Order: sequence, then C-alpha cells, then structure tokens
Amino acid sequence: MTDHALPLEARPTRRARPWLLLLERTWRQARTKVGVVLVTLLLATAIIGPFFSPYAPDAPVQKAGQFALPFDPPSSLALLGTDSLGRDVLSRFLWGGRSVLALSVLATALGVLLGVAAGLLAAYSSSLVDEVLMRTMDVILAFPQLVFALVLVATVGPKLWLLVLAVGITTMPRAARVTRGAAVEVVQRDFVKAAEGIGVPRGRILFGEILPNITSPLVVEVSLRLTFNIAVIAALSFLGFGLQPPAADWGLMINENRQGLLGAQPWGVVLPVIAIGLLTVGTSLIGDGFARAAIGIERRRGAE
Amino acid sequence: MEGPGPLLSLPSRPRRTRFLHGIGGFVARRMLFGVATLFVASIIIFAATQALPGDAARSILGRNATPDSLAALRKQLGLDRPVLDQYTSWIGGVFRGDLGDSLDASRPVTSVIGEPIGYSAFLMLLAGVISIPLAVVLGAASARRRDGPFDHAMSVITLALAALPEFIVGIALVVLFATTVFHWLPGVTIIDPGTPPWTHPRELVLPTITLAIAVTPYVARIMRASMVEILESDYVEMARLKGLSERLVLWRHAVPNGIAPTFQVIAINLAYLAGGIVVVESVFNYPGIGKAFVDAVHGRDMPVVQALSLMIAALYVVLNLLADVATILVSPRLRTSLK
Repeated sequence: MTDHALPLEARPTRRARPWLLLLERTWRQARTKVGVVLVTLLLATAIIGPFFSPYAPDAPVQKAGQFALPFDPPSSLALLGTDSLGRDVLSRFLWGGRSVLALSVLATALGVLLGVAAGLLAAYSSSLVDEVLMRTMDVILAFPQLVFALVLVATVGPKLWLLVLAVGITTMPRAARVTRGAAVEVVQRDFVKAAEGIGVPRGRILFGEILPNITSPLVVEVSLRLTFNIAVIAALSFLGFGLQPPAADWGLMINENRQGLLGAQPWGVVLPVIAIGLLTVGTSLIGDGFARAAIGIERRRGAE
Repeated sequence: MEGPGPLLSLPSRPRRTRFLHGIGGFVARRMLFGVATLFVASIIIFAATQALPGDAARSILGRNATPDSLAALRKQLGLDRPVLDQYTSWIGGVFRGDLGDSLDASRPVTSVIGEPIGYSAFLMLLAGVISIPLAVVLGAASARRRDGPFDHAMSVITLALAALPEFIVGIALVVLFATTVFHWLPGVTIIDPGTPPWTHPRELVLPTITLAIAVTPYVARIMRASMVEILESDYVEMARLKGLSERLVLWRHAVPNGIAPTFQVIAINLAYLAGGIVVVESVFNYPGIGKAFVDAVHGRDMPVVQALSLMIAALYVVLNLLADVATILVSPRLRTSLK
C-alpha cells in the first residue's frame, strides 16, 4: 500500500498499527469479552451443533417403532421435547442456526460493500455526483428494512437470494452515510493530495488511501448492521418468508411451535428465542466495544 | 416540476447557492425534498411490485395456470397495458384517494386498510407517549450520574434492549406474562371488528410494552449523550454558580436544550415503529396495518402491499420533516443561522 514513494511526513503517523491499537483497546473492554463469548457460543452451536444432533431435524422422533406425539414435554426420548410435528426440538435447534447466521452475514457483507463503495465515491466526487448518490440512498432509507424486503417477497416469492439482496440493499444507504461522513474529512488530507499529485489512479486512492483511514467507524458500523440484519432475517423467517418447512431454522421454529406455549412444551419457542436474543446482544456488545475504543483513540489523538 | 428532475436541483445542505431563504424557505425546501423522495419511493414500490419479471398474475395463479387464465387476470389487473400507463393510473388514483381493489377481499383497498390504520395509529401513539418521556427522563438521569453505577447499568441495559429484535422481545413477553411463567395477560389480541382499540386495555399491554422497549433505548442513549455535553457547558455552570439547585439546573435549564438533538432520533424511531409494528402486530395478532401488510404479502395482494408500503414511506418522510422543523424551532443557534 505504501509502495508509491510518498514523502515521509505525508503519511499518517503510526500507519502500520492503527488496526492493532483498535483491536487491543476493544478487547480491553469487559463488554467486548462478554460479547465475544456469546457470539462464539452461538457460532459454535450453529456450526458444530448439527454433529451432536440426536435425531434427524426433519423427521418425527421414533424409537422402537413408536412415534413421539406433537408437543411432548421433555423426556428421555427427546431431551427438550418435541415440536408441532413430533420432531425433536433439540435436533432442530442445533440445525437451525446456520441459515440465520449465513443469510445475515451475506446480506451484511453485500450491503456494506455496496455502501462503502457508494460512500467513498460520494465523498471523493464532485458535489453533483455526491448529491445524487446520497439522495438516492435517502430514498431507500424511507423504507424500514423489513417493509422493503416484504415488498420484494410479495412479488418474487420467498427466495433466499432475494432476502440477502433485499436486506443488503437496505443496508447499503446506512453504510454509505457512515462511510461518506468519515471519508469527507480524510479526502482533504495532504497524503490524498500527494497521491493525486503523483497520479495514483482513483480506485487506488479510494480503497488504498482513504479506506484504511476510516476503518474504525466502519468496523463499528458493520457490527451494528450485522446486529440489525440478524433481527430482520430472523423476523422474515418468523413471518414465514425465509426458509420453508420442513427446514430447520430458528425463526421458523418460533412460528411453528407457538401452539406449544399453550400446553406444557415451551422449549420449541424458548430455545430459539434465547439463541437469537443472545446472538444480537453479543454482536452489539462487540460493536459497542469497538465504538468505545475508537472514541478513546480519537480523544488521545486529539490531545497529542 | 420541470428540468432534469427535482433530486438534482435540491441541495439539502447549505451550499454556495441557495434558493428559498430563512426558516420558511428551509421548511419549503425540506418539503420539496420530501415530495421528491416520496415520488422516487413510489417508483421503487411500483417497479418492485408490477414491473419486475415475476409478475403478480403468475404468482397469484401459481405455476399451473393456463395461458388463458393468466391473460385474463393480467387484463383484470391492468398488467397488459404499457408500464408508464400503469404507473400514472396508480399514482393518479393515490391522489384521488382511490387505491384500487384488493385482490383477496375484492373490495376497495381503502376499506381493507381503513380500520387497521386506526388500530396501528393508536398502538404507535400509546407506545410513543410512554417511551419518549421515559427515555428523556432516563437519559437525563444517566447524564447527571455520569459514570456512576446507574449510568453504567443503563448503558448496558439500553445497549442490550436496543439489540434485541422486536419479535424476540414480544415472544419473550408472551412466554413470561401470558402463557408459561405467569398467566396475567392475554398473549394474542382478539378484537371484534368495529370496536375501538381502547376498549381492550388488557390486550394492548404487551404489544405496547414491546414497542416501547424497541424505542426507549435509542432515545435514552441520544438524550444522555446530548445532556452530557450540555451539563459541561458554560451556561449550565453559570446557573449552578447562581446557586440554583442541581435538580432545577437539570430540568429547567439543561433538559430543554438537550432534547433538541433527540428529535431526529425520535422521528426516525417513530418511523421505524412503522417497521416494528409489522412484526409486533403479527406476534400478537393485533389487527393493525402491520398484520394487514403481512397478510397481503402472504396472499400476494399487490394493491394492498403497494398502498401500505407507500404509506409507511410517507410516514417516514413526514416524521423526518417534522423533526427537522422542530429541531430548528427549538435551537436558537440554528434558528439565527438560517436568517
């Protein structure tokens, strides 16, 4: 990244280490550690959970030719009872985290990628391009994420790629605003002018010079967006527009097993509710850890 | 509107040139911009629902539809006409208060969504009236006890509550207070059509709390941040030096100025309540526009989907406009800078 010969004073100070500094300061916060533990726990459940699943997630519990009844309370046959169709709640829970995680991570990656590109371009372009780009982003902001996704689902149907696309598109303007806000100030700095002066191509300036200088606000934004996108994706599958039965999915499980709440078998609902809740709290604690670390670094830099 | 389009000619920030001066001009500019936003939003909604390749007729009739019945339904929905034609007749209808006919209920969309609008408005109002004063008080109190145990506890609690998806909070409340742990309140709303929502106070408790939990944390956090700054300002110091009690300084002098920055956040949050009600109403089976919207998506009832999504976008634009105007009106500094 520093291969073009810049005069030494034009480079930002401590260029090699801001990342490490941010990580170190973030880790020092107690809330980050709690968040990391929660997220690790749920990631592990989603990724390696299926290997410990006692039954197939999409078939009724059956032992010695005897089928379990729907909404059976916990027993030695099914440790956490059965669901609306007599399937094992624990098995479905262990299988059901992958979809929520994969879809929300994909959607966030797509949205942040588009948003960062739009935001950098807006900050670095003429005021006309800037204005047009950011006003376009404003229009998308007028739709709550869930509503935008549902409009598309109504037309195309509940397709997984569509959910990723819809949530990604609605993530874009939010990421773009933060990127532009942070980049506008970096664009003015001397090292960008120097890079322009020696003819570094525009793309290299955007992603090689400006982007590395706005990592802190971006990392905070990514964790915030991931938190919200998990909520939107889970809500979509709760409403029946995500994975379709008989797939195992946390959001769908909550929907399918609500009748069980009226009897003595709440586990089909309680387990995924706790999992989604802890996951979002975890990602947001990590995000807050980053935010606090970034503010601390900013303050120290200001004091120097 | 003439020329290359309203978006291009409307600077939203003060730039070199600015038409329409003063507060009135500012409001007029924001309104023009709001109208432009809604115009583009209506195009997006229209394009997503009617111009997208997977057309409504096919999704309604399913894969096994005969070409004849497809053609007949397309004609009935007006899908055989040119796209621009379809758009102008739709948006023209919106201005005349004619939103078309619901495909599912075969009656006018206005009659399908009329009653739910009332139910949702009441629920949102209730949630707003409870959560905004609560958030202002909590935020101000945290700022006053900055870095104390109360402030730290509030910081973690608001962070966690803000992160929780609305439907998770809703279901958790159902498990806790309706079905499993305690049996105090109804977990689903059973309301006879035609009865006003306030005649069902018990049914309203859990949906209202769910929405309040979704809104309060954000507003409280912004309020705290804004108050922290104000409590360190010179005029607050001055009020203290005059010998006013800390309580008086806080509530009489600091809070009125600290509220201004929260207007934007309150507006955005109220607008997102419109997104929140979609899922919260479905959780509680509450007969508002959120549930009507989800039902319409399930039933592929495009006219209802179009009408409700446009309405929710309009709500966002209007609330933002109100927040901008309110912020200007209550902050002396901004007021004078616009003159």
